[in-house]
Amino acid sequence: MTKKPFEGVKIVQLCWAGVGIYTLNYLSHYGATTIRVETATRPDPVRLFAPFAPTNKEGEPVGLERSAFFSITHTAPELGICLNFKQPEAIEIFKKLVVWADVVGEGFPTGVMDKLGLDYEGLKKVNPEIIMFRTCGYGHTGPMADQPGFGSILTAVTMMDTITGWPDRPPVPPSTYYTDQLSPMYGSLAIMAALDYKRRTGKGQYIDHAQIEAGLNYITPLILDYQANGRELALKGNKCDYAAPHGVYRCQGDDRWVAIAVMTDEEWQSFIKAIGSPEWAKKPEYATTSGRITNSDEIDRLVEEWTVNYPPEQVQEILQKAGVGAGLVANAKDLDEDPQLNHYSFYRELDHPYMGKLRYYHPDPVKLSAAEADIQRPVLLGEHTDHICTEILGMSQEEVDGLREKGVFD
Amino acid sequence: MLSCYRVLDLTDDKAFICGRALSDFGAEVIKIEKPGGDPARLKGPFYRDEVDPEKNLTWFAFNSNKKGITLDIATPQGKELFLKLVATADVVIESYAVGYLDSIGLGYDDLSKINPGIVLTSISGFGQDGPYRNYKDPDIVVRALGGLIYTAGYEDRPPLGVSYEHTHYLGAMNGAVGTMIALAHRVHTGKGQHVEGITQQALDIVCSAEIEGPYAFFGEIPTRHGRARAAVTLKDGSTYYNPLLWSCKDGFIALNLLLNPTAARNNRSMMQYIKKDGIDIGSFENWEWESKNWENMSREEADKLMEVLGEFFMNHTKDELLELATENRFQLGPCNNAEDVLKYPQLKERDFWKDIEHPELGASLKYPGGAVVTTQGYIGVKHRAPLIGEHNDEIYKGLGLSSGEIQELKEKRII
Repeated sequence: MTKKPFEGVKIVQLCWAGVGIYTLNYLSHYGATTIRVETATRPDPVRLFAPFAPTNKEGEPVGLERSAFFSITHTAPELGICLNFKQPEAIEIFKKLVVWADVVGEGFPTGVMDKLGLDYEGLKKVNPEIIMFRTCGYGHTGPMADQPGFGSILTAVTMMDTITGWPDRPPVPPSTYYTDQLSPMYGSLAIMAALDYKRRTGKGQYIDHAQIEAGLNYITPLILDYQANGRELALKGNKCDYAAPHGVYRCQGDDRWVAIAVMTDEEWQSFIKAIGSPEWAKKPEYATTSGRITNSDEIDRLVEEWTVNYPPEQVQEILQKAGVGAGLVANAKDLDEDPQLNHYSFYRELDHPYMGKLRYYHPDPVKLSAAEADIQRPVLLGEHTDHICTEILGMSQEEVDGLREKGVFD
Repeated sequence: MLSCYRVLDLTDDKAFICGRALSDFGAEVIKIEKPGGDPARLKGPFYRDEVDPEKNLTWFAFNSNKKGITLDIATPQGKELFLKLVATADVVIESYAVGYLDSIGLGYDDLSKINPGIVLTSISGFGQDGPYRNYKDPDIVVRALGGLIYTAGYEDRPPLGVSYEHTHYLGAMNGAVGTMIALAHRVHTGKGQHVEGITQQALDIVCSAEIEGPYAFFGEIPTRHGRARAAVTLKDGSTYYNPLLWSCKDGFIALNLLLNPTAARNNRSMMQYIKKDGIDIGSFENWEWESKNWENMSREEADKLMEVLGEFFMNHTKDELLELATENRFQLGPCNNAEDVLKYPQLKERDFWKDIEHPELGASLKYPGGAVVTTQGYIGVKHRAPLIGEHNDEIYKGLGLSSGEIQELKEKRII
């Protein structure tokens, strides 16, 4: 059988929350063997995030396996081991895993690993060729190195909370903890480049991934515009500087909307035809982009007079058929039912021992012609502790049982 | 780290960032433009607002580090030259309308015949296959179908797209990661493959935890609530939206207000700062923060808490609040604009901003530095984006063309 892209790559990860997981998923989905180290004595806070999946076993406590956030982010095959670092033997087992691994990934605020002697210098002593990937909000040096980095705050500091809004009101969040899903791609590239480099040179490295810095790499034009022209981004609602009509229009139904963007004069002609060539649309000043931009408020009103008669799906179909950009403003249900996402099997149904069957496990937003993503339900806390100790680290079952007694695997 | 790889970049402004990210890690990325320059060079903003294809700031931002050549791949001679380049390359990235490259005989199968190791990365709004494959995918449309517009905006107005168009960068960055996955695969198989980076799917991942989760579990459909994000439930069972974004003296800040035992110490100490401002904190003085959560709060108490916080923030600037947050580990951060990030202390301390010379402008501009810092050399922006056809001589001579032949191609407007 053909090998998977990262077959043979070994990863140990102790990532909490989202960014580290999203980063490593790309490798674990495509063949890397990934061991997740956790402890029940201080669980990943995401395992405790509400909402929790319902259970049909009456009175069953919520526990650590039913968080929606956790299961949604952990879609890759992982082997789980519990190690309580308060026990010196746990640190020793961890070091054995470091010797085994190509990559160690962690996502604590700076200081946590360092205090355990498990910073890059510490790991290098046991495995000189190790690649250590560390991600945190603000990077691992500087006055904010040890600050916790929540996506809700990082979205603000990376300017992403100032790009959505109306000219006459304060900006709104772009919805979601945006940078949590923007910064992982850079982290993933860094690890893959490091693995490629290691394959060719034998050298490992330390990767310091600051989510604020990765996030800012998406907004470079705004930084340049400010320096070159002294200008901050002006909020435009749904309008566009170089196209009209361009907006979100009300449709038939309760809170149903469609986005329409007519980008060229040719598209405008197609648009008119598609909506039945109404008289108003034939005004000569509407034939050019600049004329439509000048009159965009009026045009928006007239476009909406047409869209309110149709459900958004139908507007999308009519206009796209005519070669004009239009799309349903999708809510959670629309996404679930979206024919395009489902064509790509983007929603995978999997069974979970605590949550039952759910169909929201996603692969990555990439599709390869010669490799399939391997999607699995989230690993349970310490699910493979024995297997990892005996099969991977070569310990005897007696030794494992003894250490368990001592609380090493709590 | 990736200097052994050559990437041919055929993308438009949706996906310039893909090749740029690979170049940050050292790959040799050759941006291929139409003779006369890429049409995206004429979209603003421009340096000093001078409309000039050599002064386009988006071009600067996402084509820095790249080499630039001109080539009309749709002409027979241009196509032949392009295939010669493909023979020397590891990766081709593109973001044309779906099917365009196939239609001019430069699809994956055509490239693979010339170079079986080639990785072709296609970036698109919806994917190369499926019912939407031929859909037009402007920013606001793909963002709408990706689920990120419905939940953004005020309740009394339409949902909102973004005023800074960047939505396709999410698909493009996934294209960069997919490219690396394919290069890793090639080590095992000796063969390249066709990779897709898909923006709609990238947006769906963004939605997955907060927007899809409530639907998957409870059939709930999250909607838009202005500056608030997640809803909480109060003692009387009613839903309450506490703001994520707040106004302060000179702008806005984000506050991640947690009411749980872990946050009790922080909440208590924030109340003391508020009191120092002379604001009446009323019953919050002796509040049992350890046992307080939204579920045991009355609406009156919740409103009072919002009022006290709101008044406090209006007394202070973003800078003051950032300092306070850093000292106390409060979950609070300024909603930075460009001016703010350029002077953000943490970024200065980490020497993040890089001065990049633009000799033609007689100026240097600060660019965001690398997205990561590594012990195997600098990652990130190194030099300015190419001028139109700047590296024609270097690249075409590398293919064995003479100066005379290059001149002839120029005259025929092939390069």
